[in-house]
Amino acid sequence: MDRSIITVVGRNQVGIIAKISAELAKDNVNVLDITQTIRQGIFNMMMIVDTSESPLAFDEFVGRLTELAGQMGVRILCQKEEIFDKMHRI
Amino acid sequence: MISPGEVIETNKMIGEENLDVRTITVGISLLDCADSSLQKTCEAIRAKILRYAGNLVKVGDEISREYGIPIVNKRVSVTPIALVGAACCKTPSDYVEIARTLDSVASELGVNFIGGYSAVVSKGMTASDRLLIESIPEALACTERICSSVNVGSTKTGINMDAVRLMGTIIKKTAEATKERDSLGCAKLVVLCNAPDDNPFMAGAFHGVTEPDAIINVGVSGPGVVMHALKAVRGKSFEVLCETIKRTAFKITRVGQLVAQEASRRLGIPFGIIDLSLAPTPAVGDSVADILKEIGVEQAGAPGTTACLALLNDQVKKGGVMASSYVGGLSGAFIPVSEDQGMIEAAECGALSLEKLEAMTCVCSVGLDMIAIPGDTPDSTIAGIIADEAAIGMVNQKTTAVRIIPVVGKSVGESVEFGGLLGHAPIMKVNPFGCEDFVKREGRIPAPIHSFKN
Repeated sequence: MDRSIITVVGRNQVGIIAKISAELAKDNVNVLDITQTIRQGIFNMMMIVDTSESPLAFDEFVGRLTELAGQMGVRILCQKEEIFDKMHRI
Repeated sequence: MISPGEVIETNKMIGEENLDVRTITVGISLLDCADSSLQKTCEAIRAKILRYAGNLVKVGDEISREYGIPIVNKRVSVTPIALVGAACCKTPSDYVEIARTLDSVASELGVNFIGGYSAVVSKGMTASDRLLIESIPEALACTERICSSVNVGSTKTGINMDAVRLMGTIIKKTAEATKERDSLGCAKLVVLCNAPDDNPFMAGAFHGVTEPDAIINVGVSGPGVVMHALKAVRGKSFEVLCETIKRTAFKITRVGQLVAQEASRRLGIPFGIIDLSLAPTPAVGDSVADILKEIGVEQAGAPGTTACLALLNDQVKKGGVMASSYVGGLSGAFIPVSEDQGMIEAAECGALSLEKLEAMTCVCSVGLDMIAIPGDTPDSTIAGIIADEAAIGMVNQKTTAVRIIPVVGKSVGESVEFGGLLGHAPIMKVNPFGCEDFVKREGRIPAPIHSFKN
């Protein structure tokens, strides 16, 4: 298991989850958990994913998400889970 | 499971509050590079640094991308060059050759600074220590990435006043040698007392002789994060204030610990220490002075400032210590003037004087740092300032330092621009009364009575 956190923030529009999920499926990245809300028209999503079965190098995978973010006009971050674990768990 | 709130908090610290890892510094021992031939020594130095740190920048950038945390600087520190060059350097110019070698290796590695053009002379100077010190002005004038430091005293040895006097002159000569660039050389030269062997921060970083062959030390940062956390507890009691600083320092340090462990694993070099320092940059919102203002003084330098800083320094250490397996280096809050927008403002509006800064150094992590003074300040006055700072360090068993820039051709009322992380600074007033008869006495100041703990 190689867990990462994907966060998506941007103006709400049709198909954000669909497009991101399609990219994840194409890259063989498994979704473990999704939390999503819309506040004042702003779409917020956090996904926990497992990248261990993906044929792509982590950098390459992040590159594809960044490209997708550009196309959709939203901000996508993908970070390995340890940074959050280390900071918030003793 | 990590909650969305926690993810948002971390990313806000990084995205809006300037949280970053300030430096990954690889310390490398060059003791085994010493040879009686200068050329062979330089070749060995080059080969050894490339062997250990060849991948440093690549690995640093990889870690940064994977965790989404900026790692601002990748740096190298080496064994004090006075030791490495002792067998082959017969003149100051020989030492300058080693400086050029280090500079070209640093450029090849893509690191912005390499520290360790240093001599440790707390009790006395060898002939080679003296040659290295005499070579500093030329070495800093003809290189870009070299940082130099001289340790002139310690609690155990007392203060080597011959070295203090010499450094007053060397700082002036370095200013003169780099006068076309606003005496920038002096920004890369620091005079220390009680210098630690494992400091990852420039300009005082060197790889002490107590260290293993190579080691990774990481300096964390994050004054902006502390300031934002304190905004939420404005007006609350000291207990709440201190708890907030500790909690924030803990979180910041955990990120440093993660980065240090990853860098250590990927480079195959053991992890040394985390330096728990709040290191400001000239960027707005990345200032230690702003934290002091948030705690409640109108400007850095106002009455109460020393107490605020003492509190801040101590809470940062208390919060950080539990977050890391090994803590070392300088650890605390840095108070450089030119590198901190809030300190610059305080100096410009007259709230902050050199004397108040000296008082603040009694409780901060280092000392008088990045302070521009008039270019015609006498050598002996600079030596006096160094002696004062070293005395504070010696008596209080803490690291102190002086990184002061007598800017050639400038006087009080003018300002100087160093650029980048080094920032800009107003020229500060120096006490006009002399100390020449004190400084010209020969020998050393004995170690204080409380150093005899055997």
